[in-house]
Amino acid sequence: MAQTAINQKCAAVIIGGSAGSLDVLLEVFPALKPHLGFPILLVIHRKSGSASVLINLLQSKTQLEVQEAEEKTILAPDTVYIAPADYHLLIEHNKMLSLDYSEKVNYSRPSIDVTFQSAADVFKDALVCILLSGSNADGVEGLIAVCNQGGMAVIQNPDTATMPYMPQQAVLNVNKHLILNSFEMADFINNLSHSSQKTD
Amino acid sequence: MQNEMLDNEQIKHLLNDILEIHGYDFLEYSFASIKRRVTRLYTLDNFSNFSLFCQKVKNDQAYFKRFLEEITVNVTEMFRDPTFYRSLREEVLPHLGTYPFIRIWIAGCSSGEEAFSLAILLDELNLLHKSLIYATDINPSVLERAKSGVFPLAYLKQYSENYLYSGGTKDFSSYYTANYNSAKFDERLLKKMIFSTHNLVSDHSFNEFQLIMCRNVLIYFDKTLQNKVFNLFDESLDKLGFLALGSKESLDFWANITRYKRVKTEKIWRKLQ
Repeated sequence: MAQTAINQKCAAVIIGGSAGSLDVLLEVFPALKPHLGFPILLVIHRKSGSASVLINLLQSKTQLEVQEAEEKTILAPDTVYIAPADYHLLIEHNKMLSLDYSEKVNYSRPSIDVTFQSAADVFKDALVCILLSGSNADGVEGLIAVCNQGGMAVIQNPDTATMPYMPQQAVLNVNKHLILNSFEMADFINNLSHSSQKTD
Repeated sequence: MQNEMLDNEQIKHLLNDILEIHGYDFLEYSFASIKRRVTRLYTLDNFSNFSLFCQKVKNDQAYFKRFLEEITVNVTEMFRDPTFYRSLREEVLPHLGTYPFIRIWIAGCSSGEEAFSLAILLDELNLLHKSLIYATDINPSVLERAKSGVFPLAYLKQYSENYLYSGGTKDFSSYYTANYNSAKFDERLLKKMIFSTHNLVSDHSFNEFQLIMCRNVLIYFDKTLQNKVFNLFDESLDKLGFLALGSKESLDFWANITRYKRVKTEKIWRKLQ
């Protein structure tokens, strides 16, 4: 299945997940190449105040550099940025990160929809967004926005997701999507070719 | 919601018009964030034509008031980030006790939650009687709410938990009177606050302070504007005064950072010279 997407050019991969998504990340991260050529952004619903725990946990599983997303940071390749708890994560047109403490979206902050939509607006067709396990529908509207801009929507196979609701909703509502099992995801990401797309 | 993304140029055009007509400058705000806020309001108010929306923002004063309130982020809570308030209580405010009179500026005070939290801290440290809190915001309508000292009762459970985590020792409910769905905070606290509009983008320094708090405001500004605002705070801060920012904001990239010393782990800096 992953073969269909090998030629997808990619300026950034954004992974969104909620309940049950950590197991997937722990499976995917050890198998990622250290030189991907693009950044990975993570928007994971969680309780506030646990940033360093998640960063340390994921850092122990990968050679990519893992850090909390800070405002005004310019995205660098081969780096993993984790949206801080209690802030929305946005992307500026010069690939700079912005944080936003506005109302929760889908009862969530960070909201996956907010980051997917903001990134779709900037990266257009050079964006790959992956939606993992979860028990609400955050991320679905975001994936639709990604598709509308020509980017690629990837959904964790709901049959193997710990919490199938979120990926199920995405499968039902996002027209063009690719379904992957968690064990296929690292290969898929490793085979994306980085894009030298310039944004203004 | 927000599937329809508005065009960048259209939004920049609107922001230019707003500066010209209403005198509010949003051009140095982080664009992704302001674009999202504009798109959100456009969708929320069921517009389907952007030029109609622009006309209303430009020509209808009442609607511009709504625009201003919705475009700026007014999400806040009392004792938000309890460890920050613990640090104020233990590391910062005791230093201010030696001054005969304490002036504090809360820049971007929104509906007043931080001002009341701070007044409670000052009260518990026996400093309230000689303190004055200048609480300012760009937005006149949120200041009206702040001045009332009335907050929705539904939020008080969370505020009370925050207060306890921040090192509060009293019964939080002793600071307000509950009435139906609202909580009215003590006049005693309100008496020590002055609320006023102030625009960090265009207004100047108006006093000297021993503590300036500006939390989760600078994240909406671009780097140039952040630097301007840091200079404004620097001008407005007494020697040995404190500057407190939001938990994801930093003074680190500002040119004059060497004249400041960070206070432990919170985003609080002390002016050295």
